[in-house]
This record gives sequence, structure tokens and C-alpha cells, in this order.
Amino acid sequence: MRIVVLTKPVPDPASGGERLGPDGRLDRANSPAVVNGNDEYVLEKALKLVEAAGEGEVVLLTMAPANAPETMRKALAMGATSGVLVTDPAIEGSDTVATTRILAAALKTLEFDLVFAGVDTSDGTSGLVAPGVAVLTGLPYLSYAATIEPDTNARTVRVRRITADGYDVLEAPLPALISGTQALGEPRYPSLKGIMAARSKEITTIGLSDLGIDPATVGLAGATTKVVGSQPPEPRAATRVVREAPDEAARQVVALLAERRII
Amino acid sequence: MPPVTTASRAPGPFRLTDEHEMLRDAVRVLADERVAPRAAEIDKTGEFPEDMRRLLADHDILALPFPTEHGGLGGELLSICLAVEQLSRACATTGLILAVQELGSLPITIAGTAEQQARWFPKLASGEHLIAFALTEAEAGSDAAAARTTARRDGDDYVIDGSKRFISQGSVADLVVAFAVTKPEAPRHERLSAFVVEVPTDGFAVSRVEHKMGIRGSPTAELAFTNMRVSTANRLGEEGSGWDIAMRTLDRSRPGIAAQAVGLAQGALEVATAYARERKQFGQRIGDFQQIGAMLADMDAQTEAARQLLYKACVEIDAGAPDASRWSAMCKLVAGDTAMRVTTDAVQVLGGYGYIDEFPVERMMRDAKITQLYEGTQQIQRLVIARSLLGKGG
Repeated sequence: MRIVVLTKPVPDPASGGERLGPDGRLDRANSPAVVNGNDEYVLEKALKLVEAAGEGEVVLLTMAPANAPETMRKALAMGATSGVLVTDPAIEGSDTVATTRILAAALKTLEFDLVFAGVDTSDGTSGLVAPGVAVLTGLPYLSYAATIEPDTNARTVRVRRITADGYDVLEAPLPALISGTQALGEPRYPSLKGIMAARSKEITTIGLSDLGIDPATVGLAGATTKVVGSQPPEPRAATRVVREAPDEAARQVVALLAERRII
Repeated sequence: MPPVTTASRAPGPFRLTDEHEMLRDAVRVLADERVAPRAAEIDKTGEFPEDMRRLLADHDILALPFPTEHGGLGGELLSICLAVEQLSRACATTGLILAVQELGSLPITIAGTAEQQARWFPKLASGEHLIAFALTEAEAGSDAAAARTTARRDGDDYVIDGSKRFISQGSVADLVVAFAVTKPEAPRHERLSAFVVEVPTDGFAVSRVEHKMGIRGSPTAELAFTNMRVSTANRLGEEGSGWDIAMRTLDRSRPGIAAQAVGLAQGALEVATAYARERKQFGQRIGDFQQIGAMLADMDAQTEAARQLLYKACVEIDAGAPDASRWSAMCKLVAGDTAMRVTTDAVQVLGGYGYIDEFPVERMMRDAKITQLYEGTQQIQRLVIARSLLGKGG
């Protein structure tokens, strides 16, 4: 089984080091990055499926600045087989439409039974790219998967899609594109063996010309949306920690909430 | 006038790669969650922490020093030291398990044949076997070439007689690399040969396990060899090459001790900082008193300086620097003294609380002392560095 996982480097929420460029857009090349959380959940599921099948590959597909291999290594350390990085100076500033076109074009150069993606990314949160890629590649799209059960003999895949009041059971022919969330289960910590092995795993870098995409149609030049303005959030007020014994602590917390008219 | 130091081969200023940071963080999480909670008890009981050895084996940490073809992870010196540092930050005894596995295996890496490596490495890499390095004797400490243990050739065997002292993990090791005199009349540095002793074997005995001030969970043993037969197939390198093997081993192993020292200093700094942030006297937290703040600042700066020298030494040694001995001695000298100073100051920051076992800094201070003593005392490190400066002598 061959699974491609769309993997996006996003600003590391723990670092507090995101930088906004002069135009108000995120300066991705200079912000500490991690693998998007939802991408880690689907990657974990992909690794488990390949392990259970006893054969196969998990290939990362990433569109990002040229320093992305630093972030992709963690996903490789978790156990992914190899990575493909689409990077090109002209990509900078791409909106969801351009991103979708580029990833769809890159996907067409790969072989796979399944494509996994996080339901959305923690920086953009549009959630548009995965369904967009499915449309452009003509793949069946199964979203919000809580379980993923491929049947390689029947060439089908079945998922439970989370809904507001339960779940739907969906079935589609392979190949298909599936998006998921943390409902798929905790991602593993990379093992030392995985970390050491990741050093020698291959990350293939391709550019727009490899995909036959005109640079003028993507990036800031081709964007259909525009960042009008952005600003960092107000810093939070100092946290007050109550360290008294439980009874006294409870009394103080209640008093504080009452004082603010929260209760 | 020629430059005083040899030219640096490795790139100058450097940052850890993402892979190195990932490895460091993976070991740190394990150390925080699994090792730190055991550290006080290991110190108290003075028993070898078999559970920690298994933990390191299960997480492939003991596999780091070994080549991938023998089940290892092929980690270079910097990776090994990052792991030792993180483990020692929580528990110096546990960090030493990896450092000694590296120390004991180096003679086989340096002088072992492909066959010998294939024979011993897989079980060392899996952590099923532990290995010890037996050079020191009661009357041959800093003057290791004065060893008296003898190995007499008898057919296809050597018969080894004598004893070794202060052997880290000597009583729990499955393999012991022992150095013995094969040519009593030869010049000082051609008298010794190195042998891999597979334990248990007839004539091998643990005659004593020392009661120590620190690293109390790491057994330090006296080993007695009486008519102990070891096959010629277990000799490492040529007869008479033992001294050279031992010195080349120490060139690569001393950074492991420096890493243990940096880990100890960092661990103590973190405890002292947390305490200075919480503890209030005269109506304010003690860290805000200039005298305490300045101590913490010095501790941090010194620890970071020792760490950077260690990382640089690792990179230089791995790059094959001709002055590996110098790098190795310098990083152990600086890190060992730093660990002693920083852990002592950590006890001072905690005051009376630092002196009791309610906090880990008194243990760290006791543990730190050994880093100024083993794998060559600080005096020997200075001798090595001075010789490198002044030209070979002695």
C-alpha cells in the first residue's frame, strides 16, 4: 500500500517566534516551524496502516519554503519513507487556490493508493486545500475520518465520517483522498532509531517548472485573495496562580470569579 | 612562529542540526518522564539500576555507538554525547551506563577485526550485554603504563593474572576489555595488550565493589584474574598495541564524561533556578537578590561554555582532527570543573535545603566530583593539553 500524506510546516505554537513580514503576511522562512497537528494525526494513521499491511510506503508531499526539510525530518523520523518538497521562490504568497493547483499537479506525478491530509492547518485554517486537491485530481474525497479501513483486494476504502450527531459510514474506490483530525489517535514520538534513520531518507525537491506551472499564475502575482492587514494579538495579562490549600484556594478562585462577575 | 593550535578542520561556529535537536529532545523527554523519578532511589540504595539499563536498551539508546550493520544506530560522537548529557541531567548514574558502553566498546571499534566486531557488537547494541573497560590498577592510576597484570601466551590462549581496580560497571558487565602486560621487557608503551574477557569465565572474580561518594548506583569494582585463560582470538590488535588502543580510546571517550558533567551542571542549574523563582525571603523571591541572580547567571554562562566546547570537541574528533587528544582533554577539564562549581553553587542557592536529600542538588554535587577524577584526573587532562602545546614529550 502506498499512501501520500500532505504535510505542511506551520509556525510552532510553542515557540512564540512567528514573524510577520512588512506586508502583514507570515514570514514562513524565518518562523520556527513544526508539522501541522492534523497532518501528524493522519500521518500516524498512514504509518499504522502500512505497518499492519506489512508492506508499502508513506510519502510526504509538502509545499513550502526551501528550509522545509528541517520540519519534514520529524515526519520522516516518525517513520515516513521519503518526502517530496515543492519549493520555488515564485510560490511565496500563494493563496489556497494556487496551493491547491500546485499540490494537485505534484500529486499527479506520484503513485498512490490513498492520499491523506489534515482536515485543516493551524495557520490558515481554511480547510479548502484538501477538498480542492480532490476536485482537481478527480479523487473521491472523504472528510473528517475517525476510522480508515482500506480493502486492497476489493480496491475500496471505508471511513467513519464524524458528523454533528454521530458518524456516517462512507465507502469509496481506491485511490481516494481522506482528511482527518485527532480522532484518528495520538501521533507517536519519533524513536531514536527513527531519528537516526531519518538522516538518510530522501527528500526530493521539485520546482514549478517540473510541474509545468506558469509562475505568474501562482504566488502573490496569481493570488485571488489579498492580505489587507494583520497584527499580533495583545499580550495576555499576567497569570495569577493560587497556591493555597484546596479549601482556601477554592474560596479565592470563587471570589475572583465573582469579582469579575463571571459567576 | 607556527600557530599554537592546529588548524580547525570542522566548520567553525555551528548549530545543532534539526536531527540532533530531535534526538536530544527525544532523550530529554525519556529522562524527564522515566529516569528523573528514579534518581534519588538509585542513589540511596546504591544498587545498579537494571530497570534503567532496560529502558536505555528498549529505546535503542545503548545502540547509539554501534554501526548499523551490527544492529546499532551508527551515532557519531555528538549524538552519543547529547544522549549522555540529557540522561545525566536527570541521573548521572544512568547517563554513565551509556558512557561506559561507549568507553568499553571503543577498543573493539578501534582495533577489533570485522569478525570480532560481528561477534560482540550485536548484543552490545541491543543492550543485552554490557561492557567494561579495565585499565586502572591499584598501583597504576594516572601512570597506567605501569600496569602489573600479566598475560602469558600458552598455546592458543593467554593466561592472565593480576587485578584491576576502579572498574566502572565491572561487576555487571558481560564483557571486560582488560589490559595486561605481554612484553615485560619492552619499552613502557609497548608492554601492554588488550583482551576481551567474556564473563563469567574461570579465574575471573569480582573481589570488591567500592562504597562511593557519588554515582552510587554505578558499581565500581575490583576485578581479580587468577590463571584466567583467554583465547588469542580475543586479543584486540597486535601484541604490544594495548597502550596505543587505550590512549586512542580515551581520546574518544572523554567527551562522554564531559557530557555527563554538562548534564549534571544543567540539572543543578535548573533546580537552583526554579528554587530561586519560588523561594521568598525578606518579602521577595530570592532570585531577585543580586547575589543570587549573579550566581545563577554565572552558572548558566559557565554551563553553556562547557557545553559548546564539548560539542565542538565532538565535531573535531569525528572530523579526524590531528589534535583529538587536546580537544578531548580540554572538554573534560572544562566540563568537569564546571560541573563541580555549578553543583556546589546550586547547593548554596538552596541553602539548608540544598544540603538535605529533599532536593537533588546535594546528590548532583556528590556525583559531579567523579567527573574531575575518572578517565584521567583533571591534572592528567592538563598534562595532555600542555604536551599538545609544547610538543610531544614523556
